[in-house]
Amino acid sequence: MGAVIEVTDLRRQYAGGFEAVRGATFSVVRGELFALLGTNGAGKTSTLEVVEGLARPSGGRVRVLGRDPHTDRAAVRPRIGVMLQQGGFPADLTVAETAAMWAGTLTSPRPVGEVLELVGLNHRVGVTIKQLSGGERRRLDLALAVLGRPEVLFLDEPTTGLDPESRRDTWALVRSLLDDGVTVLLTTHYLDEAEELADRLAIMHRGRIVREGTVAEVVATQPATVTFELAPGGGPPRLPDLAGALVVDDGGKVVVHTDTLQPTLTTLLVWAAERGVLLEQLAARPASLEQAFLAVADEADAPNQTEVLA
Amino acid sequence: MSAMVGTPRRAASTLGSLRRVRSLARAELRLLVRNRTAMFTALALPLLTVAGVNAIGVGEDTEIPITALTVTMLIGFALLYVVYYNLVTAYVARREELVLKRLRVGELTDAEILGATALPSVVVAMVQIALAWAVASVAFGLAAPVNAILVVVGVAIGVVIFVLLAAASTAITRNVEMAQVSTLPLLFACMIFSGMVVPAETMPDTMRDVVQFLPLSPVIDLVRLGLTGQTPAGDTVDFGASFSEAGFPLVIASLWIGNGVAAVRRWFRWEPRA
Repeated sequence: MGAVIEVTDLRRQYAGGFEAVRGATFSVVRGELFALLGTNGAGKTSTLEVVEGLARPSGGRVRVLGRDPHTDRAAVRPRIGVMLQQGGFPADLTVAETAAMWAGTLTSPRPVGEVLELVGLNHRVGVTIKQLSGGERRRLDLALAVLGRPEVLFLDEPTTGLDPESRRDTWALVRSLLDDGVTVLLTTHYLDEAEELADRLAIMHRGRIVREGTVAEVVATQPATVTFELAPGGGPPRLPDLAGALVVDDGGKVVVHTDTLQPTLTTLLVWAAERGVLLEQLAARPASLEQAFLAVADEADAPNQTEVLA
Repeated sequence: MSAMVGTPRRAASTLGSLRRVRSLARAELRLLVRNRTAMFTALALPLLTVAGVNAIGVGEDTEIPITALTVTMLIGFALLYVVYYNLVTAYVARREELVLKRLRVGELTDAEILGATALPSVVVAMVQIALAWAVASVAFGLAAPVNAILVVVGVAIGVVIFVLLAAASTAITRNVEMAQVSTLPLLFACMIFSGMVVPAETMPDTMRDVVQFLPLSPVIDLVRLGLTGQTPAGDTVDFGASFSEAGFPLVIASLWIGNGVAAVRRWFRWEPRA
């Protein structure tokens, strides 16, 4: 299966000279959901806007369905659906009027009522946009993005402002689209959303992609953690030799960071059993996506560290 | 910001284009009807202005029949208020609400977005002009036009020029409130110097040489030439000769259209300033 979205060494520089995207490369294959994560200002939306064809790249190459989304806009647009970060609806139109207007501009729209029902807005059709809540606007936005039966869907922070139930509904809708073979490129700053939906993801930082892979691959770059409490004192050695692990012992609480969770844990537990030591509040956790994400943000404080990581 | 994207289109895609424009224009018409200020500008302002100007007796001392002068004035005011001013506010409002940005991620082309947004105001202006012409002819004895083609061409060109100028003016209009200020220079210059209120032949020659280059001037010149056979210099010509007299206004009009397109391509912004 070929790549549906191909981004090669993408750069985007704004008129003022600020370079928001500084060489991003990734590709998304058919039926896959690829998530772009990053802190605010990392360049996610700037990247997305170029891939959607809204802006011309300052450097590099972008292909969507094999075509340039900017210069070949007329050919690409009928096959993609876009949900921007902010709605962009005239305040004085109703939900039904807005959806009907959008449907009228599409080559092969789904029935408007069907799509509004899909996002749970069918009871709000006669309400004007200005009376909708932020979450309802977000759902209307999603409805318009999928109205044209897109092969490729771009979602820029699709669940911001949604209540937990609506988030679940949105995730279910996105999953059903993926099942139908739709390709999705999504940005989010909810890590659970990425863990829930993404086949693969990239973490952006300061305009570059600093981590990329499946959730498991990205998480694997981070050590697992074992924590427990140990009564102060006790005869030396206070702890066994845990090869390759980083031990932080403040005299009460002990935190062990390790890339090899099982051997470390085995050593620790055998040692405790032999000596009859009680490890209170013992917990062992694999690394989380949040941890991987925060590690990227921390690297900002160490500017000399290389930012490229395969 | 960026160049307008247009690929060679076949008959099928022309139909698609019409369908897209119709859908967006219908939504824009709803928005126009729901916006009281815009409705007042579109429906009442041109008529009130013409009535006011007539009441204080401007233009009575010229050789042009007062009915023809009134129709010409209404065409001018309809283009300035209904097309130009209304569209500057509409484009800016849509830009600031991020509507334009959203429309640009869909299948509409840039030209379709601008055209469809303009359509309701343009239609209102056209209907007003047609009604005024009809009423003046039937009820107030406006003589049959010397060259009706020039009147129609003049109005059509005026619409194109002022839609383009409205789009170009959004570049210097930060928000809807600013439109009241940013449109003033062009509105005043055209009202006073384009010959719609003060006929061109009453101006000094040197002044006329300059003001004939204003965007509304060729429109007024063509319309008056078509309605009465009067040239800006004050001569009266017949149907045949009116065509050659139309040459120079047409050149000026095409310059405005060419520059208008270039200005929109270069300066029109599709989203608010960051």
